[in-house]
Formats: sequence, structure tokens, C-alpha cells
Amino acid sequence: MKMIFILHPLGALLLSPLLLGIVNRTKAFFAGRKGLPLLQAYYDLARLFQKSAVYSRTTSWVFRAGPMVGLAAAMTALLVLPIGGGAACLNFTGDLIFLIYLLGVMRFFTVVAALDTGSAFEGMGASREVQFSILAEPALLLSLLAMGEIGESAIDSGIPLPHLSLSGIYAGLSFSAWMHSGTVLLLAASALFIVLLTENARIPVDDPNTHLELTMIHEVMVLDHSGPDFAMILYSSAIKLWIFGALLAGILVPVRSGDFLLDGAATLGGIFLLPIGIGVIESSMARLRLLRVPQLLSGAGVLAILAIVLVLKG
Amino acid sequence: MRLILFSLMIFCFSGICSFFFGKNPRVANMMGAGGTVMGALIGLVPASIVLWTGRIAEFQRSWQIPYGSFSLKLDALSAFFLLTILILSAIAAIYGCTYLWDYRNRKNLGASWFFFNILVASMVMVVISHNGMLFLMAWEIMSLSSFFLVTFEDEIKSVRQAGWIYLIATHIGTAFLFVLFILLAHRCSSLDFTHFIASGVNGTSLTGTAFLLAVIGFGTKAGFMPFHVWLPEAHPAAPSHVSAVMSGVMIKTGIYGLFRTLSFLGRPEPWWGWLLIAVGLTSGILGVLFALAQHDLKRLLAYSSVENIGIITLGLGLGVLGLAVNQPVLAVLGFGGSLLHVLNHALFKGLLFLGAGAVLHATGVRNIEQLGGLIRHMPWTGTLFLIGSFAICGLPPLNGFISEFLIFVGAFMGMGLSDVSLSSIGVIAGLAAIGGLAAACFTKAFGIVFLGEPRCTPALPVHEISWSMRLPMLLLALGCLGIGLLSPWIISAMNPLIGNVTGLLINDIDVHLAVIVLPLQRITALSCFFVLILASLILLRRHLLSGKIPGQSCTWDCGFLRPTARMQYTASSYAQPITTMFGFFLQTRQTIHAPEGLFPARASLHTHTDDVFLKRLFHPLFHGIHRLLLRLHWLQQGRVQIYVLYVAVTLLSLLIWNLR
Repeated sequence: MKMIFILHPLGALLLSPLLLGIVNRTKAFFAGRKGLPLLQAYYDLARLFQKSAVYSRTTSWVFRAGPMVGLAAAMTALLVLPIGGGAACLNFTGDLIFLIYLLGVMRFFTVVAALDTGSAFEGMGASREVQFSILAEPALLLSLLAMGEIGESAIDSGIPLPHLSLSGIYAGLSFSAWMHSGTVLLLAASALFIVLLTENARIPVDDPNTHLELTMIHEVMVLDHSGPDFAMILYSSAIKLWIFGALLAGILVPVRSGDFLLDGAATLGGIFLLPIGIGVIESSMARLRLLRVPQLLSGAGVLAILAIVLVLKG
Repeated sequence: MRLILFSLMIFCFSGICSFFFGKNPRVANMMGAGGTVMGALIGLVPASIVLWTGRIAEFQRSWQIPYGSFSLKLDALSAFFLLTILILSAIAAIYGCTYLWDYRNRKNLGASWFFFNILVASMVMVVISHNGMLFLMAWEIMSLSSFFLVTFEDEIKSVRQAGWIYLIATHIGTAFLFVLFILLAHRCSSLDFTHFIASGVNGTSLTGTAFLLAVIGFGTKAGFMPFHVWLPEAHPAAPSHVSAVMSGVMIKTGIYGLFRTLSFLGRPEPWWGWLLIAVGLTSGILGVLFALAQHDLKRLLAYSSVENIGIITLGLGLGVLGLAVNQPVLAVLGFGGSLLHVLNHALFKGLLFLGAGAVLHATGVRNIEQLGGLIRHMPWTGTLFLIGSFAICGLPPLNGFISEFLIFVGAFMGMGLSDVSLSSIGVIAGLAAIGGLAAACFTKAFGIVFLGEPRCTPALPVHEISWSMRLPMLLLALGCLGIGLLSPWIISAMNPLIGNVTGLLINDIDVHLAVIVLPLQRITALSCFFVLILASLILLRRHLLSGKIPGQSCTWDCGFLRPTARMQYTASSYAQPITTMFGFFLQTRQTIHAPEGLFPARASLHTHTDDVFLKRLFHPLFHGIHRLLLRLHWLQQGRVQIYVLYVAVTLLSLLIWNLR
């Protein structure tokens, strides 16, 4: 059984760059283009890992450490990430905080690495990144907790998982949970989806395609990275997308038959459907004005608070 | 107990000696710092023994002073605070040796060391005294000695101003404590803490009042919003090692006082917990917001102390609520997280203040808008400051995460319980928001000061600080890492301490701590895994880049090849989106000279964030009082005859009063 637990992080490491390919293909489909190969992200990674790097004379070791710390944090986060109803490698009460704070570690180092270049653009991106995270972090935490409280009422005491751990939360979700507290789950899932779009630098918050506009957030922070450093950044953002994808797919595809393979396959299907959804949004929506983004994120926060109030009162 | 008295004597003796050798800075430095370190080392022995075993040491002598008795008691709570105080004071003293050396020709170092040692001794007395009179005396000595330390550079006007604000604020706080102790003494007819506990103040209408008095009185010292106004004035004014001690441990005596008072008041009521959580949320969120808006590095750190006091209070409130609604697991996790954060904050805030001192020492500049790129000249200071910033943001694997995690899990446990649910959600959302804001604040502090290019040509050639200043910072950074990685064992060792605070049995606490020990073990495992992956990634990167020569270039500024330092993002611009978002609270003033015409020559933007509470609450209040008192001005005629008349009239009326 333990071996199966290891499979998920390994699978995530292998498959996560594919998500980027799916998003691109979906967008290409809507634009009527042929699009990049599905495996383009893998080619990019391979190419970048072989290249040398260029460093600005302004930068220090912090700039070089940023991508490595980010990737290490993302990889560590995979260990507490459940896939659907299947428990993660390690689960413990409060592991959701650990996960969220690991994402914080990643953000912290991306931001200081950006500031290390002394570039006005990257400072701007860094400033926006920390601004949005202030609103996104509570929304994420509260929506996960709201789901946990539902799980508690749905979970039977037979499951030996701490109910306030990610694995416990997701084990408690099921179709029947959707039946009796669908509203809460819908609210939580919407909040989570908005946070997903923000954290992964997607339209309508950020546009991953245009590197050099003043409106950019995430991409502009990594302008100066090159070679293996940039490969690590690309890889860690793919893993981050996987993490959020797994969190969302766990709610939206709540197949909990007890059969490990069936549940896992269903959630995996959900994870791969998600980039299609992102692609559809990116093709059909414009980016929000930057001043509107905090409102969107506050909206996510309100949804999450509503969810948790509903579940505690209900 | 003997050892504690011995270390107190060393503090006083070395303080007095360095005072008399003030003419000779080298001797004064040696005596002053040496005494602090030696006294601290001796004092650490009984503190650790008591903390480890939970056994209580006592010492009692009768005393001439009415209601007073020279009664000392070292229980686990005192020992824990004692440990924190002694560790940080000793480390700050080593640092202060070199830091003060620059002032040797202008200032009397002896006097500074005298007050430093007296401050340490009085803090020790505060946490071990077991009698109200003794406590208040130690409290007052602590306030006065720190006042003299704050006004070290008294030729500067702003320093004198800061000193005054501190002196007034701290005495207003003390006034509330006087009332508190008089109330308690009136009920128990003694000022001994033992009587307070034994005769049971609890269950009477007095407890609520006493609790409120304690929150205001001790909260002023601790820096609860809105009583925090002295912190952002006093901390930047003091020499950096003094700021470290004041912010790291002296304000924690306020927290100690609250813990101690709660032990007198018996079983708390739910609204105490709610009040503390509300205070914690206000201090935490507003503290970090104001920190974010500052340009002065030490002022920023002072506001961030308010934030961390807020986090400590959130834990405290949760614990009180747990006791009130009889949920011991809440109490254990809340108090545990709160106390651990006391220690953690002493470590990383000490580290950050010493780092700020190093920046000040090396550049002579405190305004972060003028700094930049220091990590290339000061790699040690930069790295250590980064560690401190990382820890204070509560990020794993360092210590800040552990205490916040405890409070988080405590709040999780409270969800769904009546009377606690709402507070729990408040604590969770508040802590998450504080975490995000702190990350913004400290990426700014570190990023603007140490990274990028220097924003002004430094007046002095910037140099790395000497080893005698680096070593103390290194020790504190190791402490941050150590607590982060050894958390399960540290939490288990805190059992007697938590028992002392909650009044639960050791075995019960073990059961409740089990809730948290397993997660902490897993976190330690994951942290080690994180470090391992990081190490292998470093090796991988080295391997990938071996044999290739990385290119050197200037920063890519979208095709512009000569970016200047002035084009960088500044601290204000970095914080601007957030300060605008919360503009309602911050009331930042802006002075804009907008660019005009087709070829704008000159444009500027200045922002300044005053303390809203100082400006909108205390200034009008004190002005009002001043104006009222002016009405009595006619009494003050300045002639001796009139004053003699006043005396005679007073005596006469008293006499008549007595005859009646």
C-alpha cells in the first residue's frame, strides 16, 4: 500500500508539464491554430536544462537560489497532497497549513529573486504578487476548511485519517456530500478556482503569454532567469498547477468507490480536464484591469467565508 | 534560587563598576557586557532546571516596606520568560560591545552599560517576584532604565521626543497596574501573589474589572493597539542592541504580566477570550500594515513587533477561551503556541534588530529608500537578515511557522464549538492574512535594503561588520533553525510550562499534546526532506552548469541597456498597492509633484504614514487635557506668599474635616 502512495508524487513529477501543453492546445483550438505539440513543455525543459545561464551583474546568490528553493518547496508539497480520496504520502492534522505555507516559501523566494535584479519591471511584478497573495491565502485556507467541516459530517469513523488534514478532507467528500451540502461545496470550489487562476498566473488575473507588458505579474518576475534556473521555474509552476488541479479535481470529481485505481483514475481525469477549462477561459475572456483583481480576490474570500459560515451553522 | 540571586548581584555589580569606569570606554565595555553574559549564564542554570522538571524554587525574606515582602518564586512560567530574557540579553550585550565602540568619544559608555545591566536585572526581578509591591518596583525600575537607554543619543531632538512619549506611555500603563494591584490587595488584604491565588479573587464581580485593568496596563507595555504608540517612537531611537532587548524581551514582560494575572483570576469567562482575540487581530493586522508603510527600517521592525504581539495575543485568547468553555485541548494549543511565539519572536526580532543595527553601523542610513545592494558588501549580514525575515513570515522550516501552526491547529479544534466557532474563524483568517502581509513587509525590508543596486551613493565605504557583531546574529539564526527542526521535542518539553499556565495535570497535557506532536514530527520529516531536495537541486544545478561559463550582463530592462539605480522599484512603490488597498486604516499622506508638460523635468512623490492612533486619538486627547488644565492656570501665580496661603488653607480645611 505504501508503494502506491509514492506513485502519486512521482506521477505528478512526470505528468505535470503535460498540463501546460493541454492549456496551450485548447487555446490553439479556439484560435483556430494548430498549436504547439502537447509535449512542448518537456522539450522546453530539456532544452533549458542543457543551456548555460546568463546572470545580471546586479544579482547575488539570492537570485540563483530562488528557483531551487521554489522547486524544492513545490516538490515537498506533493508529499502532503492527496489525490482524490487517496491519502497522501504523509498526512497529519493541519497539513493544509503546511502546504499553503510551502507555497508561501515559493512565493517569498520568487519575490526576493525578482527584487535582486534591481529591475523596475520585476519589482512591479513582485509587488503585485505579494498584494494578491494577501487576499488569496485566507480564501484558500477557509475554503479548504469549509470542505473539511463537511467531510466531518460525512466521514464515518472507520477512516483512520485526521479530519483536518488534506487527506482527511478529501476522503470525506463524495457524491452524497454534494447531495446534502452542495451549496457549500460549490462556494468553496468557486473560491478555490479563483485562487487557482491567481496563483498560477492565469487570465483573468495575469496573462502568461505576454512577457513584457506592465500588467504582468508572475512572468515579469522571472524575466532575468535563464538556462537551468528558468527550467526549474517552469517546472515548479507546472507542479503548482498540478497541486491546485488536484485540489479542485478532488471536489469536482468526487468518485469515492474505495477502489484505489478507479478513484485515482477519476481524479486524474479531473486534473487533466482542468487545463481544458483554463484554456477555455483564457480563450473566451480578457484579462481584468489590474485594479479589479483585488475585488475578484475579495470575492473569493467572501465566498469562502460564506461557505464556512454555512457549514458551521447548517 | 541562590544562583538567581547571585546572577542578579553580578548584573548590579558589573553595572555599577562600568558606571565608575565610564571614563575608560574599553573597561566599561568589558565590565558591562562581561557582567551581562556571566550573569545570564549563571541565571540560565536554575531557569533550565525549573523549566525542565517543573519544580518550583522559592525564596522569602521579610521586608520593611508596608505590604511588601521580599518574596521570589521561580515556577515554570517565570523560568520560561527568564530563559528568553537571559538568552537575548546576553547575545545583545556581546553585540553591543562593538556597536557602542563607535560612540566612545562622544558618549559615556559606562552609563549606558549601567542602565543596560539594571534593565536586565529588573526584567529578571519582574518575572521572579512574587509580591505585588516588589513586582511594581521592579516594573518601575525596568521602565526607567529603559527610558535612559532609549535617550542614549539625547542631543537629537527626535530621540528626546521619543523618550518622553515612552516615559508617559509606560507610566500611564503602570497607573492601571497600580489600580489593579490595589484592587486585588483590597480583596485579599495582602500583596503576596500566593494570597491572590489562594484567597480566590475568582467568582466575584472584581475579576472582570481586574482583567480589563491588566489588559490595559500590561497591554501598554506589550504594545497592544491602540496603546502601542510608544513602540514605533522608542525602538528606532534606542541603540540597536537595546532595541533588540526591548522589542525581543522587554515588551514580553507585558505578556508575562497577563499570564500571571490570569492565574490569579481563576476560571476565565468567554468574553475575556473574545476580547483578547479581538485585540490580537487588531494589533496583528494593523501592526503589520503600518510596518509595511514605513521607510525607516527600525520603525518598520517596531511595528512588526506590534504584529507579533498580536499573534501572541491570538494564542493567549484562544487558550483563555479554551479554559472558559472547558476545552483543554484549545487551552493547551493556544497557550503553547502563544508562549512558543514569545521565544520565537525574541529570537528572530532580536536577529532583525541586530541586522538593522549592522546596516546602520555600516552605512549610517536608516531610511531604506536610500539603501540597496548591501548583500554584496555585507554577505553575512544580508544572509542572516534573510533568515530572520524568513522566520518572521512564519515560513517552514524555521521557527515562526511552528508557533503559528500551533495556534492554527488550536483554532481548527475550536471550529464547530459553540462560543468558539466565530473566534476560531477570525483567528484562522486573521493569521492567514497576517502571514501574507508579513511576507509583503519583509520581502520589502530585505529586498530593498540588501538587493538590487544602491539607491544613493553611500556616505561611508560600506563594509561587513566584525565577527563580534556577526556571531550574536549567527547564534540567533541558529536558534531559529533549531526550534524549527526540533519542534516535536521542544513542544513535549513545554509540558510542565503549559501545566503551570493551564492548571491541567501533566498526563492530561500529554494526551492533548499528542494531537500536535505527531504533526510536528511529520513537519520535521518534511522539512528535512525539503532541505535534502534543495541540496540535491543545488548539486544538480552545479552539475548542469559545470563546464559552461555563465554569461554576465546587466539586468534585462526590456531592451534598455543602461538601467540606473534610480529606475528601481522603491520601498514605497513596492508597498503602494497594498497601502492603497488599506488606505482607510493607514491614512498615508502623499506629496506629489506630478510631471508636467511635454518634456517633464522634475517630478517627485513623497509618502508619509503617521500613526493614526497617535494623531487621531492621543494627540487630541492630550491636547484636550492640556486645555482643561490651562483653566487652572490662574492658581499658579508664582508668588511664594500665595503658595504659603494655599498650604495654610489646605491644612486648615483638613483640620476642620478632622474635627467634624
